Amino acid sequence: MTEIPITADSPTGVAISRTGLLFAGLGLVALALPLVQFKPNRIVLGEGISLTAALGPPGWVVLLGLAVALLIGVTDRASLPIRLAIGVAGVAAAFLILGAAVRNLTPPDNNLARVSPAAGFWLLLLAFALMMADALSRMRLSLRLRWLMLAAVLAMLAAILWSGWLDGVSVMREYAARQDLFHRESLRHLILAFGSLGAAILVGLPLGILIYQVPRLKRAVLGVLNILQTIPSLAMFGLMIPLFGWVAATVPGAASIGVAGIGIFPALVALFLYSLLPVVSNTVVGLNGVSPATKEAAYGLGMTDAQVLGQVLIPLALPVLLAAVRIVLVQNIGLAVIAGLIGGGGYGTFVFQGLNQTAMDLVLLGALPTIALALTAGIALDLLVEALDHRKRRRDAP
Amino acid sequence: MIEIQNLTKIYGDTTVVDQVSMTVETGQIAALVGTSGSGKTTLLRMINRLVEPSSGKVLIDGEDTSRIPAHALRRRIGYAIQGHGLFPHRSVAQNIATVPALLKWSEADIRARVDELLELFQMSPAQFRDRMPYELSGGQQQRVGVARALAARPELLLMDEPFGALDPVIRAKAQQDLRDIQRRLGTTLVIVTHDMEEAVALGDRIAVMDKGELLQYGPPSEVLTQPAAPFVRELIGEGERPFRLLSLTRVGDIAKTGEAGGETIPAGASLRDALAECLWSGRSALPVEGGGVVTLDQLESRAAQASVA
Repeated sequence: MTEIPITADSPTGVAISRTGLLFAGLGLVALALPLVQFKPNRIVLGEGISLTAALGPPGWVVLLGLAVALLIGVTDRASLPIRLAIGVAGVAAAFLILGAAVRNLTPPDNNLARVSPAAGFWLLLLAFALMMADALSRMRLSLRLRWLMLAAVLAMLAAILWSGWLDGVSVMREYAARQDLFHRESLRHLILAFGSLGAAILVGLPLGILIYQVPRLKRAVLGVLNILQTIPSLAMFGLMIPLFGWVAATVPGAASIGVAGIGIFPALVALFLYSLLPVVSNTVVGLNGVSPATKEAAYGLGMTDAQVLGQVLIPLALPVLLAAVRIVLVQNIGLAVIAGLIGGGGYGTFVFQGLNQTAMDLVLLGALPTIALALTAGIALDLLVEALDHRKRRRDAP
Repeated sequence: MIEIQNLTKIYGDTTVVDQVSMTVETGQIAALVGTSGSGKTTLLRMINRLVEPSSGKVLIDGEDTSRIPAHALRRRIGYAIQGHGLFPHRSVAQNIATVPALLKWSEADIRARVDELLELFQMSPAQFRDRMPYELSGGQQQRVGVARALAARPELLLMDEPFGALDPVIRAKAQQDLRDIQRRLGTTLVIVTHDMEEAVALGDRIAVMDKGELLQYGPPSEVLTQPAAPFVRELIGEGERPFRLLSLTRVGDIAKTGEAGGETIPAGASLRDALAECLWSGRSALPVEGGGVVTLDQLESRAAQASVA
């Protein structure tokens, strides 16, 4: 990786950080936008309320504090750990301010009024989160520290949610109204994403190995998988309904083992089909990436075909394979939302219910955990790929 | 003893190795020399059946290798290749332990053997055991590759351009070390090289191959003084022949009684070194360490044998 200079000399001779300038710009715009929206009930459009209006006089102190924190990052005087600290503290502060604003604004004894986060909050969160991510990537921490950072950020967010400070926020009110359902659909969403991934690995890995050993199959198999991949997701989920509906109705015993046109079965199949191409093609790429000398040595030393595969080829292809797992998992966590359309469950249930009722808070109840899950899975697998990649370790070796 | 009998490999219409027969005595080094495409590597790979022969057979101590399952045969034969082929995801110790682990040796035996081999190749076990291949220099990687090939005490060691990736200085040292270790262990060695100098330096026997045929098989002195075909002559390099011949003999072997002044030359040095020393220092005779002299006249008459043929 090449070091990107983070500072530039301005004409006056004061060094400024370009990325710092971007984050500060985002943050300052955020402070000028309405922080929250006040709505008389959950489906009407509300009015925007600024930070100072929401918090009253103390709001000006908070505003000043945030502005100073953002501006510190503009000068190159701020070291990376300081930027990281500002980023983390800023993310936490954004949530705490949201909670405080909601507490101030929610009228007592009014169950209908809703206060939801508005553009100002989201942009502020984005500015500090970017600052945090930027500092982290520049610090080049050891893998262990990065795992710890991921755990710490997740723990911080969990603690804020757990504390009840945000319970008044519209999304959390939607959550409170359907806690049991939310937990059930969360589990369903995980089953959809991980189940389809598991099935894709079980089928795709042997298929990839087969193509590696019989290269003339490559064009045909990857061709079919490529076509599957290009089917738009809505069409794919839609196709499942008549297809499996017919199978369930005509094949004896199919319905009793769970085959049906709607529900979790067709959703799992659709996600599985989308997952196959990345798994199969990365398996082939990973295996082909093993140097011929290594393979020749493995056979020359007396390994059997199975031993060469298990002890040499697959371990060496593993980082590329895991990259496929990462692509598939993040993709499926997002795509699983569409399963809500065909009764497959998952967070999509809330998204589509919310869209039908024009209740944006309900849409967010489905969308936010999906985003959080995808981000976490993506980062965790990136770290895992790096831990297993012997070539990457070479680069970092002293 | 390795007996190669009428070994042939045909791919489609192309005969890559054509009716090759040769015998390598136990404890000897046979060097297969030839240009690329001469079939030398295919011949080597038929010995451990990485390539299955089209016809002919290979006997190791009288045993027909085609009767042994290929993987079991290969575990008995050491194999080292150009670019070493170390497993990049395994440590030095794990790499060396590959064949012993396949043969299910006990962990204590494997550990002892790994340390013994690292010592043999002048790499401190404590320092190198747990290193990864990418943390080694080219010369060290090559030594680990050879150590791995020798791990299960094979009767026979096959090497395909093992020093191809090394620079000339390290290469000369690696050849010397290999020769010493081979003499100490008594392993039979078949080595493939495109470099006649390497073949002369290492081989007890040299096999010259061209277009799949074995043109000549004999001791280096014979190949140098009586090239059996124009191609062999060409491969030796006409101008190089006297020097190649001189490099075969050690000073101690031809030293005669007499007196000479100046610095002594070690008895183990080659006649080629002695000639260089004579020319460089302008002397007509050199005193040999441990007594005797070697004269410029002797060297000249030796070198002249190359032109007899």
